[in-house]
Amino acid sequence: MSDLNSAVAAAALGSEERFRALLRSVVEVARAIFAAKASSILLLDEASNELVFEAVVGEGEDDLLGRRFPAGTGVAGWVLATRTPLVIEDVARDPRFAKDVAEGTGYVPQGLMAVPLLHDESALGVLEVLDRQSRFTLEEMELLGLFATQAAIALDLLRRARHAEAALAGDDELSAVARLATALDGLDEEARPGAQQLLDALATVLKRS
Amino acid sequence: MSELPAWSLPHDAAKDIALGTDWPAEVTREWAWGDATGKGVRVCILDSGVDASHPKVGHVESAVAVSKDEDGAAFVAEDVEGDVCGHGTACAGIVRSLAPDAEIHSVRVLGPGFTGGGNILLFGLRYAIEQGFEVINMSLSTTKKDYAAVLHELADSAYFQRTVLVASAHNMPVESYPWRFASVISVGSHEEDDPMALYYNPNPPVEFFARGVNVEVAWMGGDVLSASGNSFATPHVSAICALVRSKHPELTPFQLKSVLHLTAANVGGNR
Repeated sequence: MSDLNSAVAAAALGSEERFRALLRSVVEVARAIFAAKASSILLLDEASNELVFEAVVGEGEDDLLGRRFPAGTGVAGWVLATRTPLVIEDVARDPRFAKDVAEGTGYVPQGLMAVPLLHDESALGVLEVLDRQSRFTLEEMELLGLFATQAAIALDLLRRARHAEAALAGDDELSAVARLATALDGLDEEARPGAQQLLDALATVLKRS
Repeated sequence: MSELPAWSLPHDAAKDIALGTDWPAEVTREWAWGDATGKGVRVCILDSGVDASHPKVGHVESAVAVSKDEDGAAFVAEDVEGDVCGHGTACAGIVRSLAPDAEIHSVRVLGPGFTGGGNILLFGLRYAIEQGFEVINMSLSTTKKDYAAVLHELADSAYFQRTVLVASAHNMPVESYPWRFASVISVGSHEEDDPMALYYNPNPPVEFFARGVNVEVAWMGGDVLSASGNSFATPHVSAICALVRSKHPELTPFQLKSVLHLTAANVGGNR
């Protein structure tokens, strides 16, 4: 039943794109607030145990989106595994730990803040802010925590939307209901009452059978 | 009679539990750890392993790694890989810098690829407590509620057998363990540069604040980085605990926590 609900919701909202836009807006604001060179959100793909760049702004923007790397490497991997934020400067001195960002892009950050995106008891991904202008303060840590909360909610919505779409794709009945929901959503005010009557009638028939 | 646990105190037995410590009228930093080097105290770094060859670490007395066998059962074996991240080396380097003669023991609870999870963490902590280390540095926590009860039991058993568990508070407002338990010494960060500056927090669950911002730390490959987070504040307190325990080995975790309180900068510190 939850699949049906979320499938209908997904179809009605056209959701994935919107949630991606939300993620992107989180990293845009984070980058602006911290006066950073780049910011990104990585989602854990549990099936392959990889971290995937879902939103990137600034340096590396064109190359990194969609790129994946094993979740057991790099600073992001550590933050995910320990569910603990980490702030490191002079990262470039040890390229192994910037390689999740640097690989293939030629961009090796000097400093980075990475914070886990926590939802209930699980870690969904990691938010990174690279090369800030300022010396790190505890105030920044608090701010980063606030962004992380927002990003975690957006990431959870994105995951749900994808789950719903997957459920939809593999189920003809669900697809039919979702198409109906989308059609209903697209109706103008005049046509709506009639459609509502039809749906009510359909519900009555279905209950009898 | 003395073999029985002291569930009660008969009227003629008070002399049997006379305190070994000549507790001063005023506990000063000088009394607490003046001239102490951490000698004779074993500090366990429960983390990602420790790079023994790092000049800031110097020497690692023992190193084990917790892994899982084919059936998923956790076991302890000698660690031949060292640090898989840099984090444990950073913690060990901080302890070494403040308590130069303390023994450093590494219990690695994260494998290559950062695999591990809660069971390995629990197993590693239980192992460390069984070894009777005087101080266990735990710059880690878990958000899994399922593990909370067992962790709580482990933290209490450490407390009663005189193993001080020093645990990082989470940097974010989330529920995680074991730092929230009263039987551990929980640590958050302040922004000062003094590595011995310690503050007592009258509004727990975080009980103490230590240096955790822009700390020069040892990292993998003999490197040094500037790092921030409660992870790095915690080994400062572990080191101070090692100093106090090397000078006053008879102190219980409860008494040790009192000493930390009395010598905190916002209580009676700097005397």
